[in-house]
Amino acid sequence: MILENPVNQFLRQDRLPHIWCPGCGIGTTVNCFTRALLESETDLNKVMIVSGIGCTGRVAGYMNLDSFHTTHGRAIPFATGMKLANPDLKVVVYSGDGDISAIGGNHFIHAARRNIEILVICVDNFTYGMTGGQVTPTSHIGAINSTTPYGNFEQPFNLPFLADSSGAVYVARWTAFHVHQLARSIKEALQKKGFSFIEVIAPCPTLYLRRNRLGDGIDEMKYYKEKSVVKNNADTKDVGISFKGEIVVGKFVDRERPSFLESMNVHYKKVLGDSYKTYGE
Amino acid sequence: MKSDNEAILTGNHFLDGDHACCEGAIAAGCRFVAGYPITPSTEVVERIAQRFPLIGGIFIQMEDEIASSIAIAGASWAGKKSMTVTSGPGFSLMMEHIGLAAITETPMVFVNVQRGGPSTGLPTLPAQSDMMQARWGSHGDYEIIALSPNSPQECFNFMIDAFNLSEQYRVPVLFMMDECVGHMIEKVVIPEESKIKLVERKYTSLPPDKYLPFKPGENMVPEFVKAGDGYKIHVTGLTHNEKGYPVINAEAQDKLVRRLVNKIKLNSDKIIRYEEDTVENADVVVVSYGITSRVCIPAINEARAKGIKVGHLRLIVVWPFPEKRIREISGKIKSFVVPELNLGQIFYEVERNACGKADTYLVSHAGGTVHNSEDIYNVIMEAAK
Repeated sequence: MILENPVNQFLRQDRLPHIWCPGCGIGTTVNCFTRALLESETDLNKVMIVSGIGCTGRVAGYMNLDSFHTTHGRAIPFATGMKLANPDLKVVVYSGDGDISAIGGNHFIHAARRNIEILVICVDNFTYGMTGGQVTPTSHIGAINSTTPYGNFEQPFNLPFLADSSGAVYVARWTAFHVHQLARSIKEALQKKGFSFIEVIAPCPTLYLRRNRLGDGIDEMKYYKEKSVVKNNADTKDVGISFKGEIVVGKFVDRERPSFLESMNVHYKKVLGDSYKTYGE
Repeated sequence: MKSDNEAILTGNHFLDGDHACCEGAIAAGCRFVAGYPITPSTEVVERIAQRFPLIGGIFIQMEDEIASSIAIAGASWAGKKSMTVTSGPGFSLMMEHIGLAAITETPMVFVNVQRGGPSTGLPTLPAQSDMMQARWGSHGDYEIIALSPNSPQECFNFMIDAFNLSEQYRVPVLFMMDECVGHMIEKVVIPEESKIKLVERKYTSLPPDKYLPFKPGENMVPEFVKAGDGYKIHVTGLTHNEKGYPVINAEAQDKLVRRLVNKIKLNSDKIIRYEEDTVENADVVVVSYGITSRVCIPAINEARAKGIKVGHLRLIVVWPFPEKRIREISGKIKSFVVPELNLGQIFYEVERNACGKADTYLVSHAGGTVHNSEDIYNVIMEAAK
């Protein structure tokens, strides 16, 4: 008897095979995401997946959930509108480092500041894969990209620090090697009442690894295994990543703060009294 | 303004166009607005921010117009009638999401209180120079619907039409006001709720396994589902098939884009609206819209007093453009006169559809104020020669 893979129910089987390259880390993160959904016993009809554009932006297209593949960088404001319009929905943004931190960077910090109750999973492979491997705001100093042929000299973003300082209530980072920790983190973050952010460091063998002579997907996994250091509750300002350097992983932030809708309801109830009917009930 | 707990403020009011636009949206059932402040449209969202907490709506001031214009897409899929409000520079930033709304067939209303451009231009002064941007501003082939009110009363009335059209055709509807209409204060009569006709989106009755989210239904418009209803739909800005799945080839592109365009083109007789005054037997027909449709009336009356047979065709729905009607008229008259607060936009549509059978005269104006009636009069007299 052949048992069905428990992940299958979460995938649009009629859309496979997917477009991701061999050794790419995105599929691994999707696997972790589906396992987190399974374990969290969330009502799948209410789970929305929203992506921007790029390799990770294609995740929405493969998930057997209500899924929205929006415009480049704008998954977070789309998700904001969706969550506020129907607070019963569990809205997950799934996109890449370019989408979330370059073109969508402004939306990222504002959604965190407002504490919009969404989970943002950012697959960070340090490059724009879909367009052929250009430099992103997370590319390491010295890294070769198609638009930094002599190496990158721009200071990269430390995304957990950015999310933390903007007000996220949950911030974690794992790599595509840390599948159990990642799945557990996603499950935890799905329960948070506020803006949650998980960065997943993932290999792009076709472009980033090859151009930087970092080997293949398996070599990157060995690197993650050897150079990752778990430091839960680490100060996020200390978790920046350098080229071939140590990767600090773990759950960095887990705190409580009223979400946008909670704050709105409390505030309006206070100033408007009985003429205000609590929104979302 | 005294706020009221009732959603629809039935009665006589003295409102400016921006505030009337807000009341029209509320009467239309709009309960989600995302916006970013920009003159001369800000009063719309200010009133929304005041009214919505009391009537179960939700307003969010986003970080920019790009965010505003896609937050309303998310809200629309979550089941709320949604709009954003802006002017010139903000409208430019929203273009990508007009395209997204078109290809994903998401009902959304964009209000543009037009001001002088390009760029920062004249923030506080009127223009009608975004009319072609409204039609063509996003990349690719698509169709939209655009309305142009000329009074606060019409700002109220036509906002209801804007939402109705958006829901009925699942298309972005652009509400093309201008600074004059936005800031002029006039009597606005808000009818009883029972007198307001609303068109609600058509949700499918099919079960998930039979439902195709982009299969054309009545009027070539697909039936809707709401996010969270268990249909597990996929919605993408990529070219897609009836299931909503991306298909990247010429055949899928042809099929989808032609339907998106034909959905409006082939239903245009039902969508187009204009008003005519003495067009039959006219020698000269003035074609106008928005504030200019009022500014041109003294000029028309003066020319008539001089014995010139002048008709007036005033566009209410500007896009789709009443091509057929212009063609019919053009064989019977001498010339068209098109006054507009730009250096020639709708003029070209009139000229194109006149097919050389009537002359077309532009009364251009770069914006900042309205036309001198005399300038319009002079062109009417020239056009009558």
